[in-house]
Amino acid sequence: MTDARHNILERLRANRPATTPAPATYQKPLGWDREQRIASFVERMQAVRGEVHRIGDGDWMDWVNSELPSRGLRRVLVGRGDIGETVAGRHAAELDVRRYEEPIENWKDALFHDVDVAITGVRAGLAESGSLVLWPNPDEPRLMSLVPPAHVAVLSVDTLYENFAELVQAQNWAAGMPTNALLISGPSKTADIEQTLAYGIHGPKQLITLLVG
Amino acid sequence: MKKPDSVYYFATCLVDLMYPDAGLAGMELLRREGVRVLFPQDQTCCGQPAFNSGYRDDALAVARAQLACFERDIPVVVPSGSCGGMIRTHWPELFAGQPDEAKALAIAARTYELTEFLVDVLDIRLDDLGEPVRIAIHTSCSARREMGVADRIESLVGQLGNVEVLTQERKPECCGFGGTFAVKQADISGAMVKDKTDALRATGASVVISQDCGCLMNIGGAFEKQGNGPQTQHVAEFLWERTKR
Amino acid sequence: MSTTSSSTSQDQSRAFHARIDDALHNDQMRTNFRRALTGIMAHRAKQFPDDAQLQALRDQARAVRANSLVRQPELLEQLERKLTENGIQVHWAENPQQANSIIRGILQAAGAKTVVKGKSMVSEETELNHDLEQHGIEVIESDLGEYIIQLAEEPPSHIVAPAIHKNRRDVAELFKRFHPEIPYTEDINELTNSAREILRHRFATADAGISGVNFAVAETGTLCLVENEGNGRLSTTAPRIHIAITGIEKVVEKLADVPPLLEILTKSATGQPITTYFNMISRPRQPGELDGPEAVHLVLLDNGRSRIRVDAELLDTLRCIRCGACINHCPVYVQLGGHAYGTVYPGPIGLALEPQRIGLDKVGTLTSACTMCGACGEVCPVRIPLPKLINRLRAEAVDGHPGQAGLPGHGSLRKSTEATTWKLWRLLYSRPGLYRLFAASATRLRALTPSKLGGWTRYRSTPKPAPRSLRELAKKEGFGND
Repeated sequence: MTDARHNILERLRANRPATTPAPATYQKPLGWDREQRIASFVERMQAVRGEVHRIGDGDWMDWVNSELPSRGLRRVLVGRGDIGETVAGRHAAELDVRRYEEPIENWKDALFHDVDVAITGVRAGLAESGSLVLWPNPDEPRLMSLVPPAHVAVLSVDTLYENFAELVQAQNWAAGMPTNALLISGPSKTADIEQTLAYGIHGPKQLITLLVG
Repeated sequence: MKKPDSVYYFATCLVDLMYPDAGLAGMELLRREGVRVLFPQDQTCCGQPAFNSGYRDDALAVARAQLACFERDIPVVVPSGSCGGMIRTHWPELFAGQPDEAKALAIAARTYELTEFLVDVLDIRLDDLGEPVRIAIHTSCSARREMGVADRIESLVGQLGNVEVLTQERKPECCGFGGTFAVKQADISGAMVKDKTDALRATGASVVISQDCGCLMNIGGAFEKQGNGPQTQHVAEFLWERTKR
Repeated sequence: MSTTSSSTSQDQSRAFHARIDDALHNDQMRTNFRRALTGIMAHRAKQFPDDAQLQALRDQARAVRANSLVRQPELLEQLERKLTENGIQVHWAENPQQANSIIRGILQAAGAKTVVKGKSMVSEETELNHDLEQHGIEVIESDLGEYIIQLAEEPPSHIVAPAIHKNRRDVAELFKRFHPEIPYTEDINELTNSAREILRHRFATADAGISGVNFAVAETGTLCLVENEGNGRLSTTAPRIHIAITGIEKVVEKLADVPPLLEILTKSATGQPITTYFNMISRPRQPGELDGPEAVHLVLLDNGRSRIRVDAELLDTLRCIRCGACINHCPVYVQLGGHAYGTVYPGPIGLALEPQRIGLDKVGTLTSACTMCGACGEVCPVRIPLPKLINRLRAEAVDGHPGQAGLPGHGSLRKSTEATTWKLWRLLYSRPGLYRLFAASATRLRALTPSKLGGWTRYRSTPKPAPRSLRELAKKEGFGND
């Protein structure tokens, strides 16, 4: 199909539209302090039925150990990073913790059917839109935040940015993107039947943010 | 802009033939404010019907015939958002590259929709002498989106103490006329005016006013065909009747 | 040539009117559309409480898209280079046949038998599902709306909400027919849950995933997908192959261009401040990574876009980010629904895009389904002057100067009766003396006004000229000529 490539590019080169001014770099500074960022994040996340629990200086593992069993979320998936280490080392006896340490092909069926909840870290949060920012990696792979019916995300207050524009600039994303980057703003949902919101169509039905710090 | 001594009045073909009383009322309102109103007898049509149907050569020929009527550097006041919008927004497009482009641009730049002119330039004050009445306002799409003057009719009516304004559902939605659209897509247009008249009737208003006689011909004609509904009236006539001494 | 095109143009007009007639007589469907669109418009309005901010965001989005169109060949080459460096394979297709054959080739080479698909309007352009199924590859649409219409064997009726014309009962009936094992329900949450269970197995077992692309970032070689359900993420992550298909206009220059586009897209489309998922894909699975597809492909489809770009005015069509706001706000679309248009893209963007893509001789009649009310242009997040473009296409369709033929089907809708009518109108309205005579006789002979004026009087009374024209009254009332 090199002909197609050649023909398309030739046609595009043969007709250059009049130059338009290059777009200015988009910024939308809101000037929010820490509390305002937290308040907005919580409000936005809750508005789309995301749960947020402020852990403060406390221990988020206390929440995991007391809440997950009582909600029937016993089969827990964790990665190989710090979060995974912590959960694996300190989980309550009722929880059955599994590590994501093999290629998906080896246990796809189990992932789709035998996991109740995944616990992951988060790269950052966005206050204005109430979003979690994830860069999945070998330690915390992509499907963790997608396939299990519930996702618990541990977010540090210190990584709450105002919005996506600020984050992309501040962390200079243009210098190098990961295999996959994600913004997650609430549990999976659809409005495809009569424009009526229904949650948990394909991704997690529950999205729980533990806001630490 | 400061108040001018004189203005041109561009009546529009529809007002000229079908709604002269509305046209005249607009001229009376202007005259009462101390403005000399000139009505060039050679004016006919802004060219919009052909322009919106794709016949741009014909639209241009008709629009061109208007240029000589409005040569002096005074405002051109149009009692219609649709025709005003044609002159202000589309004449520059239509005349682009033509020898008389500059003339057309000059006229476009000093063209006003009537309610816009009454409010923005004349800062008119109205004293309501009429009986209490409940009305609904249909803003023409051109006045709303092409000219951006939809709120002027509201502020004029707002000065009238005995007028209560009721708001219909989906107020900004088009009434379905759209020029030759109403002929080429008569059934869609019919469905649209049905929804519009239903919404207006549901307000309980006894009069529906608008800046555009085109919309009123559509809405009023539908009320008449349906056999019931509010009376329809152009805003100029409505204002003039309630405020003339 | 001219006889062929005129018979084609009559055919298209007849077919269009037949579909319109069907749509206008389908009260249930019209109720579904009215309710759905009223809701969507209200949601959108809530997202833009501050008009100045909205206008600034529209300016930004427009500038980003306009810039990407000006620099399109360089940006596409840069995109290809970056994607290739990242390990994503890039394919170019001039037309639907080429695109389908590329995708089919990839799937066949990999021995893929089943495909889960995320929503892609570009794949509707190429009728990809049909092509793959003909070649023995099973395709499962996984967006809930797309899944519903796939069961119903219907095309989407809206570019964002493909099953917007269906109500819960329609969906319940479809599920009953195709999944009798599931207890019948009209409850939307239960229907959604059923779909989850049905499709989950598909995601776990599909050999390949196919998706569209919302923005393709040249700077970093990144494919961005916007969605709420998670089916897009699943389709692009769970199977071992991911094939993305997109139009060549979707490329943007920089990553920094993305945040404003994302914001205005989701707010304009569904009235959400952001969708649940924004998925940025830059590589296939890397060594050490435990999931994600081993191969990622991007198919870049032209299909008329490079030709549209030639025209300095019509090129604005290509700024579109497919939010559907113009459709949601169109007073004609709400009456007809999407299927009446008979094209992939309905509503105002369809009126502007499809005649350019397919030809005025084939679908130029679409441009008659517009009142020029301007609602579409008012909400377009990238400021596409839709009414202006539709008007221009009307002019192209009836233009009588064959030398200017640029668009396919240029001049093909010109009818001599109509052209003559406008010539007469022109004669009358460009000669003041003649017009005065006409005005005087029309008013004096008003009793002779015909009482039936075609479609007009089907819904309205006959308008009658006044007893005296304004020009006469003005003179009488002392309003001078100059």
